[in-house]
Amino acid sequence: MFSFSPRPKSRKETHLGDFIFASLLRLISLGLALMLVVIAFFLLRGAFASVSRFEWSFITDSTWDPVQEVFGSAPVLFGTLVSSSIAVLIAAPLSIGIAVFLNELAPPKIGKAIGFLIEMLAAIPSVVYGLWGIFVLAPWLRTTVEPFLSKNLGWIPLFTGPYYGVGMLAAGLILSIMIIPTIFTISREIFKTIPTTQREAALALGATRWEMIKISVLKSSKSGIGGAVILGLGRALGETMAVTMVIGNRSEINLSLLAPAQTMASVIANEYAEATSDIHLSALIEIGFLLFIVTFLINAFARIFILRESRR
Amino acid sequence: MNPNSILEVKDLHAWFGSIEVVKGISMVALEHTVTAMIGPSGCGKSTFIRCLNRLHEESPGARATGQVLLENRDIYEKKVDPVSIRRRVGMVFQKPNPFPSMSIFDNVVAGLRLAGVRRSSTLKEIVEHSLQAAALWDEVKDKLHALGTSLSGGQQQRLCIARALAVEPKVLLMDEPTSALDPISTGKIEELLTELRKKVTVIIVTHNMQQAARISDQTAFFLSGELIEFGETSQVFTAPKKEQTERYITGRFG
Ligand SMILES: Nc1ncnc2c1ncn2[C@@H]1O[C@H](COP(=O)(O)OP(=O)(O)O)[C@@H](O)[C@H]1O
Ligand SMILES: [Mg+2]
Repeated sequence: MFSFSPRPKSRKETHLGDFIFASLLRLISLGLALMLVVIAFFLLRGAFASVSRFEWSFITDSTWDPVQEVFGSAPVLFGTLVSSSIAVLIAAPLSIGIAVFLNELAPPKIGKAIGFLIEMLAAIPSVVYGLWGIFVLAPWLRTTVEPFLSKNLGWIPLFTGPYYGVGMLAAGLILSIMIIPTIFTISREIFKTIPTTQREAALALGATRWEMIKISVLKSSKSGIGGAVILGLGRALGETMAVTMVIGNRSEINLSLLAPAQTMASVIANEYAEATSDIHLSALIEIGFLLFIVTFLINAFARIFILRESRR
Repeated sequence: MNPNSILEVKDLHAWFGSIEVVKGISMVALEHTVTAMIGPSGCGKSTFIRCLNRLHEESPGARATGQVLLENRDIYEKKVDPVSIRRRVGMVFQKPNPFPSMSIFDNVVAGLRLAGVRRSSTLKEIVEHSLQAAALWDEVKDKLHALGTSLSGGQQQRLCIARALAVEPKVLLMDEPTSALDPISTGKIEELLTELRKKVTVIIVTHNMQQAARISDQTAFFLSGELIEFGETSQVFTAPKKEQTERYITGRFG
């Protein structure tokens, strides 16, 4: 019998193709890496006036006053930190819990359906979250939640003072919803990489479902879950539109979650268009630069964590 | 009923969804014996032994009916908690599966900790005892706190045996425990089995017929979810009663 096989390509030909392809890819990835450096460079150049004028006081000073041209970013750093922390504190346990439930306990069909819906949350444009925040969340907070908090927990500094609906709490809540898909999706992907034999090892030793989840699922996903949470944090830190719409935009440090606040991203979005003086613009660009560095580091860090786990 | 019967299976059926893969099996295992399950792959051996510790039902869409009497009590009775059964019927899987985040020590005592044993002197004692029973003690006694997954494949499998033995099960199920191992590791585990039978009753699935002949007292031959022949190992291999058995053990199957 004859067997027809396609004419083998000459060695040289495939080599050349491989070479061109590989070089092209290398060039593109190099270009992308270079882009990061270029962005950082232009930000830094734009921020130069502000950096040289305010030096460290830019970070430590808590007065942000465009009229007097005094720019201390402590309030917006504070606002970013607090709103993102609220978001992570709410979203992390919720997302991980849902991922565990859907992956380990729910019937597969339901798990898929709900998982899909949660992932769709990530597809909703930020401005739509903002609208929902203004027209649904903030009024609800103002008429229901905040009066309750103020009345019963008003003695805690976190819940003192007047309330408006919009403010730190609203921003934290809306951010938490926005980062649920991030933490949920990555956690579930990590759970999926755990082989069934690991789960059976625990069950066969007499573990209950919950004990099995603890031993075989959570224990061996710790660093990946950590990465997922940090990635969620990174997303919350940089989120702009929705936060700008519900945080109340007041550049003051106020311990009360009911008070309006401002984040690094929201101050840029708010003031960029009306920044008339060069130093105001430069200060905003410096905030942009800081945000860029922080989110870059956080993302890099998170990915290292996640990578460690996915290599099982 | 035989007084030494520790495990008696009566008319066991098992399904994945609507597909019946174990079709009415009945058999008895006596105390301190080794029973080998042989048969072509896909004939339901794994599914069958996973019914003996109620692990089968953990797979999506899986269910089983029939009776499995463990020391004369049906483990499929309504009131019975599968978790309590799995403490009395241990299992070793085809691929070694130590817990990757745990040390050798923690792997061995994982089952004890689940059962609520906390005293460290007790745990230490049982670790040494179980690792010795699994013929692993000498190789790991100086690195009990190294990760279980840092061991070689054969050592990992013996670690899994030690982990299963630590809770002192009555019955030990083994699903092709050597099929992923090299011949030397396989030899060690086979050797181990002759010792183990003094403590537990072993039911072992193997696709290696020489292995079945070497280590078992009884042999069960499965085909398409049915038990074709079950008897003394020497009889099954030298004078099989059924033609299908003979064809299988002489390698003329298919
Ligand atoms: N999780 C599962 N879902 C559906 N069918 C399965 C599953 N596991 C095994 N089966 C089917 O059940 C039959 C018996 O499988 P198994 O018990 O693993 O056989 P063996 O261990 O003898 O090779 C096979 O036909 C197999 O395809
Ligand atoms: Mg099998």
